Amino acid sequence: MTFRSAPIVGALLAVLAGTASAQKAEVIHWWTSGGEAAAIKEFANAYTKAGGTWVDTPIAGGGGAQARTVMANRTMGGDPPTAAQYNYGRQYEEIIKAGLLNDLDDVATKGNWDKLLPEKIKNAVKVNGKYFAVPVNLHNENWVWYNKAVLAKAGAKEPTTLDEMFAAMDKVKASGVTPLALGGQGWQEGITFRGVLLATGGQDLFLKVFKDKDASTPGFRKAVETFRKLKGYVDSGSPGRDWNLATGMVIEGKAAFQMMGDWAKGEFVNAGKVAGKDYGCFMAGGPKMPYQIGGDVFVFPKQKAADAAAAQKKLAEMMISPEMQVAFNNKKGSIPIRTDVDTSKMDICAQMGVQAVKEGRLLQGTNELMSPDVVGAFEDAVSKFWNSNQSVDDGIKAMQAALKR
Amino acid sequence: MARPARPRRLNLALHAALLPLAITALLAYVGSVLWSIRISFSSSKLFPRDDWVGLDQFVRLFETDRWNVSVQHLGILALIYIVGVIVLGTLMAIFIDQQVKGESWFRTIFLYPYAMSFVVTGLIWQWLFNPNLGLQHAFRMMGWESFILDWTVRTDMVLYAIGLAMIWQGSGTTMAIILAALRGVDEEQWKAARLDGVSKPRYYLSVVLPQLGPAYATAFVLLAVALVRTFDVVVVMTSGGPGDASEVPAKFIVDHLFGRNNIALASAASVVMLVTVFTVLAPLLYWRSRVQARLSAGH
Repeated sequence: MTFRSAPIVGALLAVLAGTASAQKAEVIHWWTSGGEAAAIKEFANAYTKAGGTWVDTPIAGGGGAQARTVMANRTMGGDPPTAAQYNYGRQYEEIIKAGLLNDLDDVATKGNWDKLLPEKIKNAVKVNGKYFAVPVNLHNENWVWYNKAVLAKAGAKEPTTLDEMFAAMDKVKASGVTPLALGGQGWQEGITFRGVLLATGGQDLFLKVFKDKDASTPGFRKAVETFRKLKGYVDSGSPGRDWNLATGMVIEGKAAFQMMGDWAKGEFVNAGKVAGKDYGCFMAGGPKMPYQIGGDVFVFPKQKAADAAAAQKKLAEMMISPEMQVAFNNKKGSIPIRTDVDTSKMDICAQMGVQAVKEGRLLQGTNELMSPDVVGAFEDAVSKFWNSNQSVDDGIKAMQAALKR
Repeated sequence: MARPARPRRLNLALHAALLPLAITALLAYVGSVLWSIRISFSSSKLFPRDDWVGLDQFVRLFETDRWNVSVQHLGILALIYIVGVIVLGTLMAIFIDQQVKGESWFRTIFLYPYAMSFVVTGLIWQWLFNPNLGLQHAFRMMGWESFILDWTVRTDMVLYAIGLAMIWQGSGTTMAIILAALRGVDEEQWKAARLDGVSKPRYYLSVVLPQLGPAYATAFVLLAVALVRTFDVVVVMTSGGPGDASEVPAKFIVDHLFGRNNIALASAASVVMLVTVFTVLAPLLYWRSRVQARLSAGH
């Protein structure tokens, strides 16, 4: 019975859905937390409104590692999704090499991406002169967040650079509050280290280390020493702490500072705090810091069905449109990848970011410069150095060895 | 010892019924093992590649600090965990064997931790050891200002904290195994020993425990396998930290397999683990089967 009714139901559905059935789009992503889910919903709603059918496939966990594994397995196994989320960088490099991704040159030419996108974002999503991914947002990991009330109580000046932050932390420490809230997990220690690196030697040092793989400069040594100095400002409960708990410490006034990406802003917003009033922000590398490109892109695997390409084009066009860029990024806490959008609804921290993009202060991120393998090995070395009494010399040696992997 | 001859057809049906399982086992387990070995000799990153790079992955593996540290940690955990569980499990089994009142209650309580997943176990122990909200915090709130219990954030103590959580979780099963074996020991021996004026502790040490060899071998094999798989409790309690102070091989493998897109290195690490487990466990399993064969022949 069920066997015979299946085609009938199928036909019915097709009639109901009309031409839209041709525009079915299955999207794999790892945006499962409250704010993230709300952000992807913006895309889903817009796509449905445009006559398509959005099939949501969220896969939680592992900072996206699980979702990327599913995507890789399904693409290898011949059952690819319509679109899949990745971070900027080299996570999908091998899938392109294996010839399993569609390029987006049609959409890009039509939408004039060459003009639209800032040079460095363009480079991040272009491989061999072809667009293989649509960028949807810009996150920056090198922010410093602080609780204004804690600083005021300690009589400390609100800093705009790392040097000033050290002065402020001394006062906070004297007032009996933990100066720096750090989640002692490898990736968070890595973010802290890269913030210090940018503050010490800016873009030149950053590229020297992560592009030329050279950790022998005096600048790098100074950064490593400064990084160690931070340890005196961290509380004993730090090891193993999750990033959002560390953010919570700043929100509740149990700590003054946290060095964390702009996704931390979501926690402040959820707690009903207002940027510039309850909490402040500055870029770890100072006001003129180059904005390290981080964030998300979508790629579109080759499909067996001929009409699937149309759905992919429609998705790509929608994701990069000015209206969707604002709607999506306001929910996500990141900033749009295009500068021709309305910034009035953004908070002061996001506006600093938009300003950086307008001035072209963009920097290739570590994920773009190195394979995930090397990024991980480097973070291992940084974490080892932070959590042991390893000498600066030995630390630099281990970090250098990791870079050469 | 003549067995009643079984009808041949039943035998055939039995084998036919087992066939899917056998095929699954062969394909899924042995196949995966062979596949991992193959991958460990390639330069695969995200996707499997068909090239040969000889022992490169193994060389890199043993040049990697984190791997070497992980293996050392596994050695330390082996001592803490296996010795701890066997001693505690034996004591609990002997305690229950004294025909105590409410035996089933005790058995249930001792076994309960095993019913909980390592994620829950890890979380509970992580809270207990957390200096800002666990036991240390509680005691200080009650006025004992100098009380310190911060094992999970100290690089030199974190492994003991994890070992403790694992012992707490694993002792129950070992107790059950030992208890079952204890119940198999002939009561008459105790009567004879008592007539000779042997004390109870002495009786257990010299008479009973030596008869439990195969039970201990079983317990040891189960513990060793659980030890090698140690992953979730570490992830939940410390995520390998502080630094690399509680990294374990299984976590190294999973990290490189998924997060770091290096399946060749992860496979090399798995192969090393497999070989290690085999060299330790194979002789033991062989010995146990010999002992059991002898015992059943004697009966």
